[in-house]
Formats: sequence, C-alpha cells, structure tokens
Amino acid sequence: MISPIRKRPPFSLKSQPGFGTIAGLCFVMLYAPIITLVVYSFNAGKYISMWEGFSLQWYVAAWGNEAVQDATIRSLYLAAQASVYSTILATMAALGTTRTPPFRGLTAIYAMINQPLMVPEIVTAVALLILFAMIKSLTGIQGMVYLVIAHTAFCIPFAYLPIRARLEGMDLILETAAADLYATPWKTFWRITLPLLWPGIIAGAMLAFVISLDDVVITEFVKSSGQETLPTYMLGQLRRVITPEINAISTLLLGLSMLVVCVLFFIERKFGK
Amino acid sequence: MAENRGTGQEKAEHSLPAAISAQRVTKVFGDGKNKVLALDDVSLTIEENEFFTLLGPSGCGKTTLLRLIAGFDQPTSGTILLRGEEISHLPPNQRSVNTVFQNYALFPHMTVAKNISFGLEMLGKKPDVIEKTVGDMLALVKMEALRDRRTDQLSGGQQQRVALARALAPRPQVLLLDEPLSALDYKLRKEMQIELKQLQHDTGITFIFVTHDQEEALTMSDRIAVMHVGRILQVGTPRQIYNQPSERFVADFIGKSNFLSADVLAVEGRHARLKLSSGQEVGAAIPDGMTPDGSVTVVVRPEYTQIFPKSNDAGDLQGVLENIVYLGTDTHYHIRLPDASIFVTRSQNQCKVTEAFRAGQSVSVVFSPDSVQLLRC
Repeated sequence: MISPIRKRPPFSLKSQPGFGTIAGLCFVMLYAPIITLVVYSFNAGKYISMWEGFSLQWYVAAWGNEAVQDATIRSLYLAAQASVYSTILATMAALGTTRTPPFRGLTAIYAMINQPLMVPEIVTAVALLILFAMIKSLTGIQGMVYLVIAHTAFCIPFAYLPIRARLEGMDLILETAAADLYATPWKTFWRITLPLLWPGIIAGAMLAFVISLDDVVITEFVKSSGQETLPTYMLGQLRRVITPEINAISTLLLGLSMLVVCVLFFIERKFGK
Repeated sequence: MAENRGTGQEKAEHSLPAAISAQRVTKVFGDGKNKVLALDDVSLTIEENEFFTLLGPSGCGKTTLLRLIAGFDQPTSGTILLRGEEISHLPPNQRSVNTVFQNYALFPHMTVAKNISFGLEMLGKKPDVIEKTVGDMLALVKMEALRDRRTDQLSGGQQQRVALARALAPRPQVLLLDEPLSALDYKLRKEMQIELKQLQHDTGITFIFVTHDQEEALTMSDRIAVMHVGRILQVGTPRQIYNQPSERFVADFIGKSNFLSADVLAVEGRHARLKLSSGQEVGAAIPDGMTPDGSVTVVVRPEYTQIFPKSNDAGDLQGVLENIVYLGTDTHYHIRLPDASIFVTRSQNQCKVTEAFRAGQSVSVVFSPDSVQLLRC
C-alpha cells in the first residue's frame, strides 16, 4: 500500500492575514520621514515644509558655510580617531574572549564590554562631563582629547560585536595547524588569525565610524565651546531659524552612511565565507 | 602492558630509540564533578618507520593521545619521548611532529603551494629549498597542476592530498593522522588507504594513524593498539589482533566473533579439552601466557567454521538454522543453539551454486582446534 504523498506547504508568515499591510505600514513609517527630508533638501524656498520648486541652493549654502565646514572636518577627524582606537581595543578584547580557554567571569566581561549598549547614553554623558571637568581642573589639559576618549569608549561594543562574530566563526583548528607547522604564537597571529579576521575588523571599524559620526548626546555634554561636530551644529541650528540647509546636510550624512553600509556589504560578500 | 614497556626500553638501550615512547601517561579533563579520565596510565612504544594505528570507538582516548603527542594538550602526568628526548613540556611548534587533521584545516586564504610551504617558511628554510620541496611534495601527492588554486576550490580528496603534503613537507620525525579519511566517500577512502600505506613506505616517516574503522586499521597498519575507555587493551600486528585477541572487547570490536562459555576439562601441553555450556566437548589451543582453569570464553570467528546439514551427533555444535543472509561475496548463517544464543557462521560463495540450506533445518558446525581463541571469562 502506497499512501499518496500530500505535500504541505512549509509554514510562511507571508500567508498570515494582514502580513502585507503591517509590513507596508512599517516601511512607510521607516522611510516616509527620510524621503521627505531628502525631497525638501532640494527645495527652492527657505521653509522646510513648503515646496517652492527644485534647487541645489541649500547644498551650495551648506558647502560654503564655514561653520558647517569646520564641524564636518571635526566630525570626520573625531570619527576616524575614535573608530581606529576603538577597533584596536575591540580586536584585542575579541581575541581575549574567544582565543582563550573559557574562564570564570567571561560572561561578566561580555557585559562590561557591551556596557555602552545598556547604560542610558545620557547617564554616560553626565558621568563623563563630571569626570572630565575634574581632570581639566586638575591638569589644565584642554582640547579634542576628551571627545576622542568619549567616542572611543562608546564605539568599542559596536566594533567588538562584528569582530567577535568573525572570530567565533573562524575555526580554532587553523591556528592549531599553524602551531603544528612550527609557527610561534606571534607568527600564527600575523599569518593566520589577522588575515582571516580582516573583514570583521573593517566591518567593526566602519560601524564605529558611523556611530561616532552620528552621536549627539555624549558629544553635546563633553565638548568645549568651539568644538561643534556636525550633529551638535545641526542641533544648535534648530534653536534658530530652520532652513532646508539642515536637510541638505542630513541628506549628505545619510549618503555617507549608506556608502559605508554598501562597502560593508561588499566586503562581506567578497571576503566573508 | 608491563611487558611491552620492558621490551621497548631494552631496545632503546641497544639500538635506535623508539620514535615515540609514552610512559604512564594520564590525561584528565575538567575538574570536580565534570572530571573525565581520558587516558588512564597509558604506556606505549612506537618504533621508527612504523605505520602504527590507534584504534577504538569514539571516546576511547585515541585522539587525546594524538593531541598529547602533537603538543595541543599537556598530559596530567607521565612523559612522552620523541626519539628518546622528552617533549611533554614543549609547545607544538617546537616538536618535529606534524598533523593531518580530520577536516584538513587548510589555510583558506592561501594557495595550495603556500599551504605546503608554510611549515618550511616557519622553519626558516631558504627560498630555493622551499621551492624545491614544495615541487617535490606536489609531485608526491600528484597535485602539480593545482599548485596555485585556492584551497576552497578543491574537492575533498584533493584537500586531503594538500593536507598530507603540507604535513610531510617539513619532513617531521613523526606524522600524526587524525581520522583523515573519514570525510571521504567509500571508494576514495579505499584508494587513499593504499596510497597512504605507499606514502609511508616511500617517505620512511613514522605514521601514527587514528581511526575507529577496524577495516582501515587492518588494511594499513604495521601494528595496531586497540583502545577502550582511556586504556590500551592490546598492541599487535593486524594478524595478532584479529586472530589472538587478548580481551573480549578486542574480539568483539574487530571483526565478527561468536562467544561461547566453556569449562576446562583437561589440559595437555598447549592444548585444552573444553566442555561448552551446550554440552558439546571441543578442543582448543592455549594462547601464550595463559593458564586456563575453571571456566573460559571461547572466541570463534564465523569464517573459521563450517556448516553441515545435521546427519548424526557429529560436529562441535548443533543448532537450528534461523536466518540466511546473502552478502554477495559470502553468506552468513545464523544458527540458534540449544541454549538460545545465536551462533554465526560464514562461508564464501561459489559461482552458480544454489543455496544448499534452508531456514528451520537442523545443522551442525565444525571448527578446528587451532582456529579458536581462549579468553579468561
């Protein structure tokens, strides 16, 4: 006796009632504000909510605005430094938590490394403000160093997560094989671990870069006068007359972030196995 | 085991030291409740230029022993000597021992040639020496055409060859192979078994091969150590292991065996008269170093027996034929003995001969005295 094989379709959320509507709604809520922002950045008029024709004048205005130039350079410099330092620290942390035998307190260390993801940003901001004020009054040291330190600190978990994920996906047997073939631990790191870890490190660094570029709360509290970054400059503008120049700057930032995401995707496709 | 260790040390004084000598090696993993005794006071001597196999079911400690020799783990106690020099405390990169890993562990970001040259580079060999050795190794494993391929573009069998070449290139004193054939399909595995044996012969390097596949072990090895729950039960040539198993586990793990319990009736020289529990009397040769008394276990290999239709009470065993299993090359007959246990005999098939037996008929079984092995109970 052969019973007829009835093929049941595999479970799919798509077949649930209302799936399309809810999904559509989510996309609208996600993208409607961004699309509005981008569209109005090309507004010829000087209001951010009244369309008066197409123009690139606000891009030109933003480009020529010395305050914007200054803030942009500072933001990029800060994000570059923070992403380099936090990626180096995160790489070391990821090696320490995946390339050692499991030890007591490993979970606590994960929690500590990821602290900036859990502690409310405003708390960190206030804490840093107080601590840095004390250090400034004790040592008299001024400058960008405080912003760099603050950004490095909260970027660490963002750099750490992709690097650790990459390391966990890399079989320890390769390092074992290198040691078996007479490589010292140092040589093993340079010839095997690091080359295979590169995609993770680049992903971590780019994520840290974007996170630093975008930060308002901690920067606002830690910066001294004359240390505006692009986001804090924009925040400051909101207190005055808002023009579509803000839209233009936001659109450029959006473009930069999308570029980073595309590069990440490309790296993952090309090198990630 | 004590005897083995003794002979090993005598040899060491008179001729070349053994390639590997493990002395009272114990390995414990974990602590407290999770403590696992992976190796229990193991002593073993592996001679120079030997194809030596560690054979046992998973969890028997064979891979642990291999990892200790390679230096990936440290023994809890005991010492390991490589050509007479203690290596237990050395990290893996300072031991002239290379490993072929179960899943090959080829470096995915390097070409075939770069994989093979890695060990040589780490040893600081000159570029022209490296170049020549890599060429030789590629030729040895017949992979010249693929020298610049990335390793993820290779088939399983090709990866296997690269892993072998990579491990052999630095000319280690001992090559360790951790179930390297288990990922290959049956036919390729058979081919590689012969090739590995040939490779060992050609290179003259001592091979230590780990497997759970008894057929693989019998095919390739000069000597086999059978392991079970952290101990070595028996060390010997494939013939010794198969024909003179020292313990019931060995007889059961390697090949098929029938176990019959028997009482010793009389001993005449190296020959014993036994009474099987079924009542029949049989004769058996007594293995060296054994003094049978009281009750013993008789190991009978299915292929060392003959089945006859029952005509009278002749034969060593009587029973009823229950199952006939045709296997192409030979046929297995499952016979129910009077004590309800099953006895298996095996006979090689002849072309165009029709089956002479049928299930349900009474049969008798004959085996010659020197084809059985006696075990203490």
